[in-house]
Amino acid sequence: MYDTGKIIPGLLVFVGLVTFPVWYAFGTDAGPLPNPEKPTKARQCVESTEYMRTSHMVLLDDWRDNVVREGGDRRAKTEDGTEYIRSLQNGCMNCHTSKKKFCDECHNYAAVKPYCWDCHVQPKEAN
Amino acid sequence: MDNSRRKFLKIAGLSAIAGIGAPTAFNGLLKGEALASAPDLEENVLKGEVGKRYGIVIDVRKFAENKALARRCINVCHSIHNVPDYGLNKDGSKNKKDEIKWLWTDGFENVFPDHSHYKKNADLHEMPILALCNHCDNPPCVRACPTKATFKNPDGIVMMDFHRCIGCRFCMAACPYGARSFNWRSPRELKADGSYKHIKNFNAEFPTRMRGVVEKCNLCAERLAIGKIPACVEEARSANAMVFGDLNDPHSEISEVLNSEFTIQRKPALGTNPSIFYII
Repeated sequence: MYDTGKIIPGLLVFVGLVTFPVWYAFGTDAGPLPNPEKPTKARQCVESTEYMRTSHMVLLDDWRDNVVREGGDRRAKTEDGTEYIRSLQNGCMNCHTSKKKFCDECHNYAAVKPYCWDCHVQPKEAN
Repeated sequence: MDNSRRKFLKIAGLSAIAGIGAPTAFNGLLKGEALASAPDLEENVLKGEVGKRYGIVIDVRKFAENKALARRCINVCHSIHNVPDYGLNKDGSKNKKDEIKWLWTDGFENVFPDHSHYKKNADLHEMPILALCNHCDNPPCVRACPTKATFKNPDGIVMMDFHRCIGCRFCMAACPYGARSFNWRSPRELKADGSYKHIKNFNAEFPTRMRGVVEKCNLCAERLAIGKIPACVEEARSANAMVFGDLNDPHSEISEVLNSEFTIQRKPALGTNPSIFYII
């Protein structure tokens, strides 16, 4: 093989650079897990925590299509009988009163940028 | 010679199959195609009589008696729906390009071009007529929308799902009543103190829109859902100038008014079957 002296070190440098994120982060964890603020006044959410954690966006889309398009009910009850409004702005944010401490906590961690608040109105932050 | 006869028979056979098959294939393809013109009126009326169909009767005479009423109705509508007001141009003319309107007034000859003629009643020249989305039974905007962002809901209301609107403005071109407005600017421009520049009385229970979507009157669907009547009708109720109700219910107040009064619709010849009626 020609130029072994250049190719082998070059390959080593290349592999080193490509795997940089892996060995740079070796031994460290992914940083503190997000801790969204739990509501104080309500005990039960509209679905289980696991479902809400993975699929709240599906639920919001279903609510929107059902309420806006299919003439579905705007109100529903949780398992423990608490009535709620099937609405992000007037329902969810009624209990989860802070976008910063609830929504943004995980969305920032996962680096997702949903565009809910381009139109919907977030509750006033207490600071 | 043999070879070319063989070729000839092949071509003749294929042509025969194509000739017989083509009309059938075409008919299959054309089935369900949207019509460019309005569908048959009779069929349309029948379709509209199933289920609810909300409508409004506007008594123009009452608005003529009470000149400030129309403005009050517009203000209440625009403030509960966070409709931005872009004010006037620098030269003092109306800012027609940016204007967003759900409910507005216009001259008789503009609202009713079909009913207008040059020797009409002098009062009509000055009279501003309230106009809004007609919530047509056969809405051309719904047919034009490529994303189904605008659609007719089970109550006969022509609704919009702003999430789906891509801002193509086909619906605006399709609407013969000019009932749709496009958000050329963000309605959420802020003042120095952090409040909205163009939305005066902000309603925190209703969303705003964003730049690049079309909007229009939703017949207060969010109020109907909680048992209220549309805000403009509520405002005009004291003067008895507007009546709201189910057009398909023969015993509703609106049906009785429509039975007893002579009413007109905007551009009836287009076959859109508006749900808004006017007593002149």
